[in-house]
Formats: sequence, structure tokens, C-alpha cells
Amino acid sequence: MSRMQSLLAVVAVLAVMGVFSVSAPALMNDYFVRILTVMCINAMLVVSMGLANGFTGVFSLGHMGFVGVGAYLSGVLSLSDAAKAAYLPDLPAWIAGLHLAFFPSTLVAGLVCIVLALLVGAPLMRLSGHFVSVATLGFLIIVNVVLINADVYTRGARTFTGVPLETTLPWAMAWLLLTLVVLARIVYSPKGRAWRAVREDIIAAQAIGIDVLPTRLSAFVIGAFFAGVGGSLYGHYLGSFSPAGFYFAYTFSLISMLVIGGMRSITGAVLGVVIVSLLSELLRNLERGFDIGFVAVPPLYGASQIVLGIILILIMIFRPSGVMGDLELSFGRIAALLHKGRKE
Amino acid sequence: MSFELYITQQIINAVSLGSLYALVAIGLSMIFGILRMTNFAHGDMMMVGGFSTLVLQNLGLGFGWAVVGGIGVGALAGVIVERTAYRPVRGAPEVTLLLTSLAVTYILENLGILIFTSSAQNFPLPDWMDSAFQLYNGQITFTQINLLTVALTGVALTALGWFVTRTDIGLGMRAAAEDMGAAHLVGLDVNRLIVVAFAIASGFAGLAGVLWAAQSGVVEPYMGFTPLLKAFVAAIIGGFGSIAGALLGGYLLGALEVFIVAFFPSEISPYRDAIVFCLLIAFLLFRPNGLLKRTQEVKL
Repeated sequence: MSRMQSLLAVVAVLAVMGVFSVSAPALMNDYFVRILTVMCINAMLVVSMGLANGFTGVFSLGHMGFVGVGAYLSGVLSLSDAAKAAYLPDLPAWIAGLHLAFFPSTLVAGLVCIVLALLVGAPLMRLSGHFVSVATLGFLIIVNVVLINADVYTRGARTFTGVPLETTLPWAMAWLLLTLVVLARIVYSPKGRAWRAVREDIIAAQAIGIDVLPTRLSAFVIGAFFAGVGGSLYGHYLGSFSPAGFYFAYTFSLISMLVIGGMRSITGAVLGVVIVSLLSELLRNLERGFDIGFVAVPPLYGASQIVLGIILILIMIFRPSGVMGDLELSFGRIAALLHKGRKE
Repeated sequence: MSFELYITQQIINAVSLGSLYALVAIGLSMIFGILRMTNFAHGDMMMVGGFSTLVLQNLGLGFGWAVVGGIGVGALAGVIVERTAYRPVRGAPEVTLLLTSLAVTYILENLGILIFTSSAQNFPLPDWMDSAFQLYNGQITFTQINLLTVALTGVALTALGWFVTRTDIGLGMRAAAEDMGAAHLVGLDVNRLIVVAFAIASGFAGLAGVLWAAQSGVVEPYMGFTPLLKAFVAAIIGGFGSIAGALLGGYLLGALEVFIVAFFPSEISPYRDAIVFCLLIAFLLFRPNGLLKRTQEVKL
């Protein structure tokens, strides 16, 4: 497939998705639009999580910390003056006077997460293996404690509310596409090859002149930017949220998406989001209890998470690199598959 | 109230809390020592122990026997998890082990919700345990449960100390922690050692779960999560993989938490957990092998 053809294919997909995202509310019911929007946000979070966790081999459990910071920060910035006076009356004057629209507050959230990730990552990216996971988990807990206790800015453990509901499907889809394009460009560039080299063998990577710390840090920081942006999108989708929403349960669901799809592949991560989201939605409906003709199955709360956990264990045992492994689903590959199918 | 008595009271609180952290941290450290695995599901054995004790009590067993049963079910749960989930991924990369244990946590906690609902259940205590001792006109107070916690932890630790220094299986476990391949080569049955390690570690966690439930008065599906995180900190402060280190780390962490609340201004104490985890990160960066463990490369 020539460069021209693949460029045309990308443009065609963009056009189709653009038309689809704008016309979706007219085509299908609210339920599906909501699922799609959340899936786009989750895909952003999962793919950005995959940079450090999958491509660089530094398995961070702290991604959700940046998501929480992004959601709260952009929420405070975009809250209307009336809502600020009602919900956060003790805000310092200079913050109370700040008011940004959705897009700039989202960008600010991403940029602040870059700074935070530099500060946190500079020491933590020196660690490897289990130790970096436990240390980044520590970061997540610290963020959670601060969100709960900084009640002047966050209303503490109570629900933070009044965030304008600005995240529509086109917004979410546009940000997701931007994320995918930017990250695919980086991952399959010399920089991305350095990430993978560091993951595969630190000593060999150092021997060919790769500086390990900045290499890991760059993946962590870029991931944090998109986590902050995704947090802002999620916050402006929910409208009201609390620190508990950006903690361990959400972390686990992102991890399961990333790992089931394949954390060494961008399209794998997206595929994981699609699989886990659809499965959870299906199981959640079953969980409420249903009738099969003559037997009434009672509600089984928790059953869908148990199924998800079992699937994750089975993946770990039989296919630890996820559904996609190292492969990407590209237009060229699809075309080749179709071509092969036709020949046979 | 005199200052000496106040300090004595805080030391009593610290020893009681530290005993619980030590019980959980020791199991975590044992499993890490042998399998190089950060076992996130370890905390849930506390939940299993707590709920089993509750169920056995409701079935009409006396409190003492119910506790013994609860510890037994905790140990059994650990062995089952090892056999079904951890053995198939043994020897896989660290991340695979970590993810498998995360998945097990998720399954166990939701199994708890499925069976017992997500709300906290009352944990009944016999009357004789529900009393407190007051000394110096009530300036020093501690409960039967505090006393029992320290006593049972002491018994458990002494038994463990005897086991790992005087029995063949205990010595084998330490050999496997030192070098799994060499232990295999000299003819040790590594599978059996690992099963025993999981049984002991999970039994300790089950005991900690019962004591935790007795102190808080309730059992709930997520009760093991926070103690597990604290046990990570304790184990790493002491030296991850070392039993003595986990013991030391548990008591140090208990003391630190109690003293932060007792001696620092009240604006600081809500940030107690943040301080504890900052300490964890500091240890990982500057003394990653903890206080009691020989040097080993974990950093760049």
C-alpha cells in the first residue's frame, strides 16, 4: 500500500468519524452516545497509560492520579462564578477570579500534569520492576489524600459539582484521534524505538547510547499530559464527581483494558477498551437479574467484576502480551489480510 | 494528665497497631522473598479470615474455635489462590505476577460483595472481650482486644521463628528465598515449600483480619485494602523479602502513625497517609533494600 493510499485512508476514516460523531445523537439513542463518549475518554486514558506501562516497561499504577488532578483542576477553572460562590466559597480570590472555557481549562490541566509528572517522575523513574509500581501507587494514594483534605479547592470527600457538561461525543472523539495520531507518530519514531529498547534490555540500551532516565521520563510525562486532558474530559462529562472516583477501582478497569488488548500496541489498547467496555455493559445488564423463561436469576452484584477478573487471569496465563501482542492493526495489514483471503 | 502517662498510652496504641501491620507485612514479605511477587491479594485474606469467623460464629461455634476456623479458612484460601492463579504464571515477568495478583484481589473483593453485600457487617464479640482496663484513674486505657492482639501476635511470631529456624520445611523456605534454583537442585520440593509459605502467610493475614475486625467492630469486603498498602510500606521499610525486616517495619510504621496523630498539630493528622507514603517513596529511592536487607540492585 503506497503512502498516498494510506494517507487517503486516514482522511477517509477521519471524515467518516467526523460525520458520525456529529450526527450520532440523531442516529441512536442517548444510551449509546453516552457509552461511546465514555469509551473515547477511556481509550485516551488507556493508550496514554500504555506509553510508560507497555512501551517503556515501567508499570505505573499512578496514572489515575493525573486523571484526578486533571478533572479537579479543569473543574475549578471552568466552574461558573455562581457555582464557585455556592460550592467553593473559601477559594482564594485569585483563583475565584479565574474563569476559563472548556478547551483552555483542559489544556491547562494537561500542562499542569506535565509539570507534576516531571516532578514525580524524575525520582520515581529510577526505580524498576515491582518497586516502581508500588511507588507510583504511593503517588496515587498521596493525590487521593490531598484531594480529600484540600477541601477549600475540592469540597473534600463530598461531591464536587457544578462542572459544566461540555464533553460531547465530537469533543471526545476529536481528542481521542489527536491522541492516537500524536502517540502513533512518537511510538513509531526513533524516540519510540528507544522506549522499547529500554523495556527489552536496560544494559543493551545503555550500551548503544540511550540515556535510560530521560527516555523513561519522556514516556511518563507525555502519558501524564493525555491523562490530565482525559481527566478534564471525564470531569466535564460527569459534571459532578468525588475523589473516590479517581482511585483504585477505575485504575483496575483501565489496567484490565490495557492488558487484555495488549499493552505493547496502540490499536491493542483501543481494542481492549472496546472489548472490556462492551463486556462490562453486557454483564452489568445481566447482573441486575433476569428471567430465562421459567427460572428467575436474582441480581448478582459484583458478578461482572468477577468475570472480568477471571478473564484477566486467563489472559495472564495463556496470552500475557494481550490480544494484539506487539502487532498493530493498520490499514496495510487489513488490506493484506483481505488480499490473502481473496487469493485462497 | 501527666506527660509520661500520655506517652505510655501512645506507646500502647503504637504496639497494638504495629502488631497488626507486622502480621500482614510478614506474610507479604515471605511471599515476595520466595516468589519475587508483590501479592496484592494478600490483604484480602484478612477479609476472608474476618468473614469466615463471623459465619462460623453465626453457625454456633464458640468465639475461640471460630477464630481458629477463620485463620484456617484464610490459610486455605491462600493455598487455593496459589494453586489456581499463581502457579500457572510462576517464573513469568514481574509485571505478569503483579497483574495476576491484582486480578485475584478484584475477584475476591467482588466475591465478598456478592456473598455478603458491600455494606459493613457487625462483628460480634463475646462479653469477656468487650471490656477495657483503666489505670491511673483512666489516664491509661487499653482494651482486652489490644491485649489479645499483642499476645496472639507474640505467639504467632514465636511459632514462626521456631518454624523457620528449627524445622526442615522452614529451613527449606529460607533456602528457596535465598536462591530458588539452588534449592531445587539440592532436591527440595519447591512446590511444597511454596504451598506451606502461602498457608502460613495467609493464616497470619487471616488472624490479622480477625483482630482488625474485633478492633473496628465490623467486617466488610474492602477491609483488607488499606492494611495491605500499609503492610507494603512496613515490608519495604524493613527490607522487602526479610521476615525480621517486616516485623521491625510493622512496629515502626505503627509507632509513626500513632505519633503523627498524637504529637503533631491537628491540621497535619488528616495527611497521615500521605506522609506515610512519602516515607515509602523516600525509602525506595534512598534505601531500597530497607533497614535489614543486604544490598541488591533495584535501581538504574
